[in-house]
Formats: sequence, C-alpha cells, structure tokens
Amino acid sequence: MKGYAWLGALVLALLLAKSAGLLPAFLDELPLHLEKSSIDTLGDAGKEAYTELVPFGLILDHTFEFMREELGVSLVTRFVSKRLKELIDIFDNILRGGRKGLGLSAPPWTALLVIAFILGYSLKGWRLALLSGGTVMYFAIFGLWKFAMETLALLAAAVPISIIIGLLVGIVAYRKKWLELALLPILSVAQTLPHFAYLIPVVVFFGIGHQTGVIATIIFAVPPMVRLTLLGLQRVAPEIVEAGKMSGCTNLQLLFRVQLPSARNELLLGVNQVIMQCLAMVVIAAFIGASGLGYRLLHKLQSLKLGQSLEIGVAIVLLAVVLDGLSRAWAEKKRDYAADLPFHRRFRYPILLVVMVAAAYLLAPYFPILEKVPRDLTVTYAKTWDGLVDWIVLNWSDGLTNFRYFLIVNVLAPLRDALLYMPYPSVLLLVAGLGLLLGGYYSALLTLAFLVFIGLAGWWDRAMITAYMVVFATFICIVIGIPVGIFSALSERRAKTALFWCDTFQTFPSFIYILPVIMLFQVNDLSAIMAVIVYAIIPAVRYTVEGIRSIAPELEEAATMAGCNTRQRLVHLQLPVAIPHIMLGVNQTIMFAFSMVIIAAFVGTIDLGQQIFKALSETNIGKGVVLGLCVSFMALAVDHLVTRWARERRRLLGLD
Amino acid sequence: MKLFSKRAVASALFAGLGISGTATADCGSSDPIVIPTHNWSSQIVMSHVVGQLFEKIGCNVEYTSTDSQAVYEAVRIGDATIELEVWEGSFATSFNTALDKGGILDAGTHDAVTREEWWYPTYVEEHCPGLPDWEALAACAEMFARPDSGGKGVYVDGPVEWLHDPARIEALGMNFIQINVGGAAALWAELEAAAKQNKPIVMFNWSPNFTDALYGGSFIEFPAFDEKCKTDASWGINPDATNDCGSPAGGYLKKAAWYMMPVTWPAAYKALTRINFTTNHVGTMAMFVDVEEMEHDEAATRWIEENEDVWSPWLYASQ
Repeated sequence: MKGYAWLGALVLALLLAKSAGLLPAFLDELPLHLEKSSIDTLGDAGKEAYTELVPFGLILDHTFEFMREELGVSLVTRFVSKRLKELIDIFDNILRGGRKGLGLSAPPWTALLVIAFILGYSLKGWRLALLSGGTVMYFAIFGLWKFAMETLALLAAAVPISIIIGLLVGIVAYRKKWLELALLPILSVAQTLPHFAYLIPVVVFFGIGHQTGVIATIIFAVPPMVRLTLLGLQRVAPEIVEAGKMSGCTNLQLLFRVQLPSARNELLLGVNQVIMQCLAMVVIAAFIGASGLGYRLLHKLQSLKLGQSLEIGVAIVLLAVVLDGLSRAWAEKKRDYAADLPFHRRFRYPILLVVMVAAAYLLAPYFPILEKVPRDLTVTYAKTWDGLVDWIVLNWSDGLTNFRYFLIVNVLAPLRDALLYMPYPSVLLLVAGLGLLLGGYYSALLTLAFLVFIGLAGWWDRAMITAYMVVFATFICIVIGIPVGIFSALSERRAKTALFWCDTFQTFPSFIYILPVIMLFQVNDLSAIMAVIVYAIIPAVRYTVEGIRSIAPELEEAATMAGCNTRQRLVHLQLPVAIPHIMLGVNQTIMFAFSMVIIAAFVGTIDLGQQIFKALSETNIGKGVVLGLCVSFMALAVDHLVTRWARERRRLLGLD
Repeated sequence: MKLFSKRAVASALFAGLGISGTATADCGSSDPIVIPTHNWSSQIVMSHVVGQLFEKIGCNVEYTSTDSQAVYEAVRIGDATIELEVWEGSFATSFNTALDKGGILDAGTHDAVTREEWWYPTYVEEHCPGLPDWEALAACAEMFARPDSGGKGVYVDGPVEWLHDPARIEALGMNFIQINVGGAAALWAELEAAAKQNKPIVMFNWSPNFTDALYGGSFIEFPAFDEKCKTDASWGINPDATNDCGSPAGGYLKKAAWYMMPVTWPAAYKALTRINFTTNHVGTMAMFVDVEEMEHDEAATRWIEENEDVWSPWLYASQ
C-alpha cells in the first residue's frame, strides 16, 4: 500500500501548493492551452492559439502529403474510388433504374416487396416475412423509396467488401503471428477512434461523393470482422485441425473445409456486426457525401423537420432489424433437409420467387400502382410528431428551467472547473495510481503513456472537458441503467422486452434526439450530456440483464434450496456473480459515451469534438487525426483498466 | 425565343427517355458535371435548377452532397465542377484561399444580395422595443442571459468553423457572450424552442433563408461595415479596437467553377457565367421546399417551368 500512499500524498501536495499559490507554473499547466478564464467567454474557440509540444499534427500532415504526392497513394485511392463508384452505380441502377450503371429501368416496387416477403418466409417463417415485407411497404408508403434504395445499394457494396477484407486480413493475421501482434493495437485504436476523425483522411485520399461515404463505411465495418475471424480461427479445437491434417488436407483445404466451417459462429457474428456497423454509419457517412436515407435525414434535421426525421430514423432501424433478422436466420439454417426432395419441392421458394417477381413485372404496366407508389398515396405522421415535440417543449420547458439551472450551476460547472483546476501532474499521478492498483506497473505505464500523448499534443484542457462530460454521463447511466437492468432481469418477459428496446435504440440515429434535447435544454454542456446519456445507457442496461440472466441454473437452484428470498438471492448471489459482466457493461457505457460525446459536438460544445468537426470542415488531416487519437487514447486507458479489473474479479469468483 | 424553347422541350424529352449522351455536340463532353449540394434548401434547389438547365443543353449532370467549406478544395481539384452559392460572409475566406492556390474560377456574381448578421425573430421587439439598434440590444443584455452565462446576454452563433469574429462584442463593449452551436440544425432548434415560448433570442442568421417566411425578423443594426474597421483600430466608436462594426450588409453571392470547365464543357460554362439569380428567386426556391414541402428536384422543375423567360437567355442567347 505504500506506493499508493505516496502517490496520494503527492497529489494532495500539488493541490495544496496550487491553492497556496506556491506551485511553479510548469507544474501547473501545460504551455499554451485554453485559458480557464476564457472558457466561458471564449466565443470563437477556433481562434485560440494552440501549439503542440510535439507537432504530431504537422508530422502527420507531412506524412500524408508524402504518401499522396510522392508515393502515389492517391493514384491508387482514386482508382479504387472510381471502380467502387461503378460498382455502386450498378447496384443503384438495379434497384432504382436511372441512367447510370447498366442502364436498366427501375423494377416495380412490388417486385422488391415480393422478394422481401418470400425471403423472410423461407428463412424463418411468417413473422420475419411480415417484418421484411412490412419494411419494404414502409419505405413505399412513407415516400422514402428512392432514399431507401440508395442506402440499400450502398449496403450491397459495402457489406460484402467489408466481409471479404475482414476475412482475408483475419486469416493472414491468424497465420502470421507478427501481423496479429501489429494488428491488435491498430484494431483497438480503430474501434475507439471517433467516426468524424476517420472521415478527414478518407476525404483527402478518396475525394468527395457517394463512393467516399461507402469507403468510410467499409473502413468502419472491417475491424470487428477481422477481430471475430481471428477469434473464431483461434478457438477451433486443435483436435479438429489435427484430424484435418491427418486426412491429408492441403493448407487451403484445411482452411476452407476445416477451420472456417468450425469458426462458423464467430464468422456469422462478424457478418452480423458488419451489417450493424454499416447501418450505424449511414448518417455519419452522409456528412461526406453518401446519399440515401442518411443524407435525407441530415437535410430534414437541417430544416428542423423533426417528424419527418423521425420517420427516416424508423426506416433505418427497420432496415437494421430486417437485415439482422435475415442474416441470423440464414446463418441458423444449418442443414439442407430438402436435398433429397424432387426439384419442384426442393426449390419451391426460388421458383415461387421467380414466378411472383415475373408477375409483378408483367402486371405493373397495367396497374401503375404496382409499378410505383404514387405520391398522393404516401402518408406521413410528421405533423403529429412535430405537435408532440411542440407540446413537450411548451409544457416542460419552464419546469425544466430550474432543474437545468441547478445542474449547470451547482454540478456541471464546478465539476468542469475542478478538473481544469487540477495541475496536470496530479491528474497523471491519479491515473497512474489507479493503473498500479488495478493492473500493476504495466497498466500504470500504459495509461500514463496514453495521457502523456494528449498533453504533448497540446489538447490537455479540451480533453479534460471531454472527460468531465463522459464521467458525468457515465455516472448517470450507471445510476439509472443498472437498477433498470436489475428490475428487467427479474422476469424472463421483462428481460426480453428490455433487450428488444436496447437493440432498437442502438441503431436509432442519435442525431434525431439531439434536436429535441436542444429545444428543451438549449445549447450547453447539459444538452450534450443528455444526448450522451440516452445513447450510452444502453449497454449498462443490456449487460446487467445479460449478466443476471446468464447465471448458471445450478447456482440459482442452490440459492433456492438454501432458502433465499428474492432480495437475498439478488444481494447474495445474482449481483456478486454478475458484477464482472456488469462491469464490462459499464466499460461499454464509457466507450459509447466517448463515441457519442464527439457526435454531441453537433449540439455545440467546447471540447475535443468541436475541434474535430472544425478539422473536418477545414479538411485539416493532421489536426483531425491527432484529436481523434486523443479521444481514442482516453477511451483505451479506461478500457484497459476496467477489463483488467473485471478479469481479475472473474478469476477470484472462479468463473473462468 | 419560341424556337429555342422547342429545342429545350426536345432535349428535356430525350433526357427523360434516358437517352443520354455519349459526347454531344452541345455540351462538349459526356463526362458528368458534378454539382455539389449542401445542407440548406435554396442551394439544393438552385443546384437542381442549374443541373436541369445543363441537361437541356445535353450535358450529363451528377449531384453530390458535400460540406459547404470543404467544397472549395473539391472544386479546385476537380472532384466537384461548380459551386453556385458562394456567400461572402461565410465562404469568402475559403473561396479566396482556393483562388490563391489556383484551380478554381470566379464565374461571376448573382444579383441576389446576401446578409449574414446577428438576427432576431420579430416577436423579440416586444421584449426589447429599441431593436434593431445594437445599443438597444446591449441595454437589454440580461434579458438574453442563461444559467451558464454569468448574467451576461447570450448570442447564439453558428459553428466555430464558420469563423465569426467574437472580437466585436468586446470592441463594442457589449455585456454579451457568444456561444457556438455545433451545426445549423442546432440554431433552428434554439430558434424554434424560443419562439414557441415567446422568449427573447438573438442568434446568427442569414438572408435569404427559410426563416424569413416562417418567423419574420430583422438583423441587428451595428455600425456600418467599413474595410478600415477590420484593420484600423482608431476607426469607429472604439478608438482602441478593431472590429467595432457589423458585417457587410450587401454581401455578394458568387458562382465558382473548376478551371477545366471552360475547356471540357464550354457551353455549360458559358451558361454558368450568365446564370444570375435574384434575391427573390432564391427566396422562392427555398419557399417551395421549406414552406410548401416539395422535393428539391420537383421544386427545381417547377421553378424552371414558371421562369422560362428568366433562364432561356442564359442558355440560348447569341454568343
């Protein structure tokens, strides 16, 4: 314990010295940062002079410039961009006609309806059929057809490409240890780097336009596929590989006939993750020119058409749910029971499909409504939703004024000021102490290194503002999310409902609720934090439910036999056993908070997120990437500490 | 004139039938002219109007959505071909930077006059009767205060990347602070919420904009802009500071083009230099979408139908 006592004493000494005015400036603040007094009055934070102790931004700028101009990388990227555009044009043309691509005319919308319906039915049954057919209907009657088709074309290109790249990289990394070692940290950074920091290099190398949005989507979707491929291959039992070798497999045969099929579950989870990641990027990719539902949504938000935005948001969620359902159902169909049946039985669904689609094509010329949904038949409930938002704003705002005032003046501002007041060495010492406590010297050094980068890059104070918003939002998420999770986990039915809402909210584009939040709370940190909470509370609930529901039945049985009542069972069994899993949920909450706090810069914050948006607008590649790394490193530091702790805890509980 | 419109109808028909060109004699190249669209309605409708006009002379057109600042770099390197709304107040810096680097052409100025300035919706005059005078606003400062503003009035400004100078508040000695929203949508959310509750608000806005029709409103009248105001501290009310004036009241609205456009699509470039929208046109285009809720391309088609006498000289005037 002596080490911690020393660290604590040092921190205290630093704080005391500062309050007594004895702290030398070089131990208090890093050179040339955002001045505290100016934070409140700093209107144009962009004017602030910022210099880096180490010019990471410039170094990156020159590196990228060198790659682009000298190494000719941009020739390659431009080529890729052009080919990809042609590919997307073809999908786009198949789905909605037009002059690009193959020059086909648009298929009747009923053809797609029939396909969705039969696909759903043949894979899973009526429920999935209704869901996927209903989603297609939704696009048509809510007047979103064109945009939904653009998004589908985007997905048709992005999803397979992401899967293939992910698979290939995963396989090679499995074979070559050095690549795996090099890849793991890159993947970690990639998965915590804010979306908007990605977009800048993508724009610089690939230009603007729809295809650039697709490329950003692919880059975002590949890392989970790589990770899961690698994990799946590593989990294949050595006996299986051995058996394959004994049967005389060549390397390729071993891979395709033995290892990949055995890693099936992880691979399918990877495919599923790719689809979800692609849909999560739909709106963000629209910032750099991807068209479709995301672009439509951004534009509607821009003219404050909240009701219409909501309808588009629902369309995106539906698309995610359907694609998720279809891909899962396809994955679960394990064996071909129909292999021995006669042709017309074996292929009854494909046959039905062809017949129905042909019917749609043949009938469409005679019944225009089958060809294209006329505009006057489309419906919208936008006005109702707008009315609801208006009502809430009108009736709740006054009541919320006091709440808002209290939180900002008594909680948020002091918290922010406290973090900014702390001399930087004291923050470093505290973090290092935490690392030492949870994971030893390695953890202490690693987390310290992450923070030192932020200091050297010159973004210390902005990072502290980001950190304070994340800390506060996480705190609220835990206080609300875990009890809600516990309550939901107590019955099977409630647990299912809770998980359903978690899934739905996770794919719901967060931009939509940012605006009503602003209308209620105005532009300030509180609004940004509220938006973060809405999104980051999901894993807190989900992991709590899962943690408690997945406790081994023997343990539950033993508790019952020992005569526990519900409360005793919860306190003495369920919570202690579930806590490592719940902590992983807390970890995810923090990761979600870091990712959302950057998006919440859309509200108007003065943290790292604001500067990332600005860098995107300026196409300032070095600055954007450095800022992104600052966010990523903070997230990784937390991630490291929490997973260390949870692992240790699981070991102590004998759960591994 | 009549002859020409027949020709227009014919080529529109061809476009509608999906018979697009390999290189057509009129346009010069079958490569698509890439027209960037941003996130405000008038610009998108105007882009579609110009795109549909280009199609009338046989060009291939493609639309792509881009950031409104990043677009100048895109035009400069040819990723986008033209930019139809270069607002002096917000984009002059980016536009001039691109001009200096080379690769972008100034394709002339619209008649439309733009203004970007501190603004309030009409009902705020009831709260603070002296408006739009800036001194009256300064006297009403605490009316605009918020919990986190320390008793000072709050001016809701656009995103930081729009590069507005906060020095004005200080130079004019106003008891205000400036907060920056993260995106234009946040501005409208602030405005809508304030208007619903009849609460005072002063924010950044521009004209022509959809808010003109929905909320009414006026710009704050600051001391008139003068070049010297930016550079010469002794100029203006505050003898010790620059920036003691408002933004230019009659800002330009320019068109820009990629430097290769006159070579690759000579006819389209010629038309572009003649294209000239008035404030009224811009307002109508925005209204079609924001008030009448039309789609952008439909609004563009309607504008073209209703304004043939305006655009046909742009396309078909003798050389």
